[in-house]
Amino acid sequence: MATVLTVDDSPSIRQMIKVTLEPAGHSVIEAGDGAQGLAKAQSSRPDLVITDLNMPTMNGMELIRALRKQPTLTGLPIVFLTTESNDALKQEAKSAGATGWITKPFKPEQLLAVVSRLVRA
Amino acid sequence: MSSIDPTEVFRQEASELFETLEGALLDLCQRPDDRELVDSAFRALHTIKGSGAMFGFDKVAAFTHEFETAFELVRKGEIKPTQELIAVALAAKDYIRALIEAPDGTDSIIGDAILDDLKQFVALPGEPAKPDVAEEAPAAKPAAHAGWRLYLEFDSHILCNGSNPLDLLDDLCKLGSCFAVPVIDGIPMLEELEPEYCYLKWDVTLHSDCDKAAIDDVFMFVEDEMKLTLTPLAAQAEVSLPEPGLLIELVEAEPIAEVAPVAEAVPAPVQAKEPAAKEVAAPAEQRRDEPKRSDEPKRSENIATVRVQAERLDELMDRVGELVIAQARLTQLAASGSDLSIKMIAEEIERLAASLRDTTMGARMVPIGSLFGRFRRLVHDLSRDLNKPVEFVTVGEDTELDKTMIECLADPLVHLIRNAIDHGIEDNDKRAAAGKTERGRIELTAVHSGAQVLVTVKDNGGGLNTARIRAKAEEQGLIAPSVALSDNEIHQFLFHPGFSTAQTISALSGRGVGMDVVKRTIENMRGSIDLTTRPGEGTTVTLRLPLTLAIIEGLLIRVGGGRYIIPLSAVEECVELMPEDQRSRGRNFLNVRGNLVPFLKLRELLVVPGSPDQHQKTIIISTGETRVGLVADQIIGNHQTVIKSLSKLHSDVTIFSGAAILGDGTAALILDVAQLVAAAQAQSEKQISEAA
Repeated sequence: MATVLTVDDSPSIRQMIKVTLEPAGHSVIEAGDGAQGLAKAQSSRPDLVITDLNMPTMNGMELIRALRKQPTLTGLPIVFLTTESNDALKQEAKSAGATGWITKPFKPEQLLAVVSRLVRA
Repeated sequence: MSSIDPTEVFRQEASELFETLEGALLDLCQRPDDRELVDSAFRALHTIKGSGAMFGFDKVAAFTHEFETAFELVRKGEIKPTQELIAVALAAKDYIRALIEAPDGTDSIIGDAILDDLKQFVALPGEPAKPDVAEEAPAAKPAAHAGWRLYLEFDSHILCNGSNPLDLLDDLCKLGSCFAVPVIDGIPMLEELEPEYCYLKWDVTLHSDCDKAAIDDVFMFVEDEMKLTLTPLAAQAEVSLPEPGLLIELVEAEPIAEVAPVAEAVPAPVQAKEPAAKEVAAPAEQRRDEPKRSDEPKRSENIATVRVQAERLDELMDRVGELVIAQARLTQLAASGSDLSIKMIAEEIERLAASLRDTTMGARMVPIGSLFGRFRRLVHDLSRDLNKPVEFVTVGEDTELDKTMIECLADPLVHLIRNAIDHGIEDNDKRAAAGKTERGRIELTAVHSGAQVLVTVKDNGGGLNTARIRAKAEEQGLIAPSVALSDNEIHQFLFHPGFSTAQTISALSGRGVGMDVVKRTIENMRGSIDLTTRPGEGTTVTLRLPLTLAIIEGLLIRVGGGRYIIPLSAVEECVELMPEDQRSRGRNFLNVRGNLVPFLKLRELLVVPGSPDQHQKTIIISTGETRVGLVADQIIGNHQTVIKSLSKLHSDVTIFSGAAILGDGTAALILDVAQLVAAAQAQSEKQISEAA
């Protein structure tokens, strides 16, 4: 199954993603902020990146832009987590190159649905 | 790790966050202008809100949301974080902490009080808080339709953003029986194609009882990177799950013009198949018949609406021409070798090149009717101005001609029609005296004749007055009074520049310009012009025009060391020239199955030195109404060729219409059959008159 990189400064969110995706057969890599996320994305080539937007050091928006500049990661699906259903923010992330989003709070099924939508076996 | 309860992880994290939040708020008391502190406080709140909702702390989420909204003005810098405000914020923090640590033992009244306090400070816009559950769209009512028809047009950069349209189509397929047709007309030429861009569009028919929300859900992430046109399918189509029904469905609706021709073919075989399929065909047929009548012309329009610059077609034609030459060389090469597989390929390429040539040619063809239409008005106006009632008849409007030729034809035809009305049709009195109908009649006809198109303008007027033409010619000093000329030769003076027999120069005709221009224009198109007239019955002007301007199918022959091409359309048959035929003196005649056919020796006509081959061949050609044999040394075979026009230096060489490059790179001259025969006739007539 897929390798998913979750980038979030909140360990509980990372944990939540991990316990949701691992039983479904995905392997989950964690990163605590955008800079770590970028490094892990380059080293472990995930099939999907799930990133928060509000993070210290390098925020989600910067991470998305940085990932889209990586020639080796072309076409990598990137999903961002957002609490506000703020359309302007969503729009900004989309134009930065995000593939989709998950609105917090989300249910495990919703997360799984998004992952299976963006990652094919 | 995974055995740890995420809720516990959240509690731990939350307590860390509260410390961060508390620290930030307290620091704000000291440094109210520090944006970094505000942001940090907000980030903490944000995470508490987001994670709290996820781990079931709905009250936390709801309250934090309110709190965050109220605090928004602070974040935007519109309100300074005052001591009082921070005090309320700290109280709110404590309340949230209590909510997390003991969700059931905390009274929401406290929360409401805190929010009220907060609102006093920040004059909260009365916007009701709405929980963040956008994901759970309400299940819409069951739909009463059979499915959906979708037209998907993605932004070209969609692949770069990690979305895969094919995955989306897969997801659509999960909703029901799905039939997707890619629309490829947006794909640019290879050199302009960005490999990472998506150029395809899709036309999808989805048979499913799903509602619009389910479809929107599929395209949730890409809805603003695509154009989605969604129309419900008629319930009628419910049964038509099998492919043919779907195809018709697709065709009935507008955008896919390419598929349109298929529609004609589909219903018939379906009906013929099995009884089960009939049910499917029936509604489809019905639909085609009843309401769609008005759509019929629209559909044919769809097929006919590609506008291409004429020069592109010319370019294409040129390329095809070169291809045909290259193909001819290949064929020749293959024929000289013994490799069967190469011969097969050569044959196949020959076939393809031929059909490509025909298609290209066809692309340039336009029905002549578009031109004919213009003349109705002309005839109407002329007949009124001259007070000569005229009936105008056109025949063969759908005869197709090269577009450029049609444009060139307009002016000559205007001249001819003017002449026919002005000079051809008699005055009312004369017509009555001759016992003719009051209305004159002008017939404009276009008809295919081999590789030629004949356009005739025929009137039922008085015919040419040969005596007057002769008198005029003598008057202008064009001929000596004593010279004997055939009627046909006299009529040729009409094409002489500045020649007019009209007694009064009308505004319309009689200036003596016209017929010579007509002749020149037609000859420039490699056409010819014939005049036949019968006194009292009318005049017919026939324009013979080649169908094509660029390529001909020819018969390659050899005379001496030179090779020539005869347009195949003119060739009727090839026979061997028997020794006894050659013996006849004077005019040469050949007995072809009982018919006497005159023949010309190309060797003599072209002044080829050396002695003829032993077995001479005769190619019987037809030009106009006459059949003539051409005698050559050898018939080499069919040869498709592009006409390369001769240089201006050779413009007075009338018997060749052009040259062609042969497979081996040498050139062959293309015989202009009509001119050749005319030249030979003139020559023999001269000989006869000299002998006489």
